Amino acid sequence: MTTTAATTTTVSTVPQGAPSIPGGSRIGWAISDTLTITRRNLIVYTRIPEFLFFSTVQPIMFVLLFRYVFGGAIHPPPGYKDYADYLMPGIFVQSVAFGSISTAVGLSEDLQKGLLERFRALPMARSAVLTGRTTADLVRNVFVVAVITAVGYAVGFRIGAGVLAFGAGILLLLLFAYALSWGFAVIGLSAPNSETAQVMAFPILFPLVFASPAFVAVRTMPGWLQPFANHQPIGVVVTATRALMHGGPTASLVLQALAWCFGLLLLFIPFAVRQFRRRT
Amino acid sequence: MTDAIEAANLEKTFGGTVRALDGVSFAVEQGTVFGLLGPNGAGKTTAVRVLTTIVQPDAGTARVLGHDVVADAGRVRALIGLAGQYAAVDENLTGRENIVMVGRLNHLARDVASTRSAELLERFGLTDAADRTLKTYSGGMRRRLDLAAALVARPAVLFLDEPTTGLDLRSRNDLWEMIEGLVDGGTTVLLTTQYLEEADRLAHRIAVVDHGHVIAEGTPEQLKADLGATVLAVGLPDPATAGSAAEILDKVGTKPPSIDGSSIELPVDDGPRAAMEALRLLDGRDIVPTSFELREPSLDDVFLALTGKRTEADDEDADAAGDGARGRGRKGTRAAATTGGAR
Repeated sequence: MTTTAATTTTVSTVPQGAPSIPGGSRIGWAISDTLTITRRNLIVYTRIPEFLFFSTVQPIMFVLLFRYVFGGAIHPPPGYKDYADYLMPGIFVQSVAFGSISTAVGLSEDLQKGLLERFRALPMARSAVLTGRTTADLVRNVFVVAVITAVGYAVGFRIGAGVLAFGAGILLLLLFAYALSWGFAVIGLSAPNSETAQVMAFPILFPLVFASPAFVAVRTMPGWLQPFANHQPIGVVVTATRALMHGGPTASLVLQALAWCFGLLLLFIPFAVRQFRRRT
Repeated sequence: MTDAIEAANLEKTFGGTVRALDGVSFAVEQGTVFGLLGPNGAGKTTAVRVLTTIVQPDAGTARVLGHDVVADAGRVRALIGLAGQYAAVDENLTGRENIVMVGRLNHLARDVASTRSAELLERFGLTDAADRTLKTYSGGMRRRLDLAAALVARPAVLFLDEPTTGLDLRSRNDLWEMIEGLVDGGTTVLLTTQYLEEADRLAHRIAVVDHGHVIAEGTPEQLKADLGATVLAVGLPDPATAGSAAEILDKVGTKPPSIDGSSIELPVDDGPRAAMEALRLLDGRDIVPTSFELREPSLDDVFLALTGKRTEADDEDADAAGDGARGRGRKGTRAAATTGGAR
């Protein structure tokens, strides 16, 4: 390039050129950019008290609330000696579901603050803003699940179906959380600001989380509500996770849950990308 | 000489009605500083957003170092740096983390990014604050950090969108010195500003922008020569007296005086001599001014000379920007233009 010749007087302003221009692999840069954004998002999470609250204090409070306040009044279905064994898979799913709101809030804030616009002028992979956000939330969910497992153990939860099946249950709910993150990315990119994003998220999550087998058996609900509670995505994922963690037939339940996870990913990823293009 | 930036007939309309760019053309020679001068809402920021590939123009073409900003946006992004009035840095990250992040997103190796960030923090006087989150930074520190981050990949062309708007006097002077340092290093800079003094001090060439058009272009000297080097402002007891004073002083300035209520203003070539003559003439008619001032021409005066009207800041834009010193009405502009002190 002829243009570099004129700017050689000091080290600080000579364009380096070469490392900035994607030479070899676009995918390599996309991964590197995703990791950079992931790292940034995780650092930010550790510095914002409300994110730490949603990731730790809130799930712990739900465990204690259902175990000790409501738990005495709830009779676990046959096959569960302790309500904690019934409750914990529900708490896992509920925690990652509520946690995915942070995807919406985080993206919305970045948009509001003009950070995404600045990213537009950088030679980075544009997709990294979304993949970095959802990856950071996946990492955060691993942490949340570890915290809740420990709290669950303290209140009497025990793995009923072996460590491998329990691990499969964890993987299933992390996959589900990842799919939800993409859904909430759509909300974050559609809302005018982060407060609105939060307000939009709750009415969607509440019926899905509570009209489900997460905390009580569906057969105790009115007849008209039962089909919804059993077949909506959170209901299906709770049932499959519970089967993996407690024991019992799993194959068909897990397939249904996987179908929901991949279905939601197929729906939300293109939708999120479209909103992202529209807003930046 | 090669042109580092070429913009030809750029047009951009937002929301179907707001015509931000209405056929803007200019060229920036390699290694020079080019100032886009204009009030809020003139289209300066939109021009920068087009040139930095953030938005695509509706019509017209633009090239940065020969690369089309639409067709070859990836290549352009690898060659430019952008720092702006909104200082789009992450306030939850530390200064160092911000620069390293921008470096990594420019695809610098990890160790290169961290060496560069240490270097830049030092150069911009931020070493002590390097490991504090930006929440603790002052406005001036944020702008400096924003500028440092924009420089991390050694861009050949740097875009500065109103780099000192809203800053106090000292921060503004600090930043000017830092920008001058860059220019000595040979970086091509496109600067937008509302302050004639800023453009005058930093830019080799200035384009005056209004309502999406370039209405004048030249060196700061050329623009000011059209204007008269100094403005004589005289306050009078009442509008009637102002009217007669304007008649008396008609021949003193390079242009007839303009009357605004009970004060008049006129561009003059030789300030002190014109002032003496003006006082003598007024005294001869027993007119006693309430104020009498010689000052640098402001953006407002440039506009008055070029368009025959005062700048009208685009209120929507101005309010959104939320800056203290802006070119709305003449008071604001005058205050802004004189903050740097007399030369």
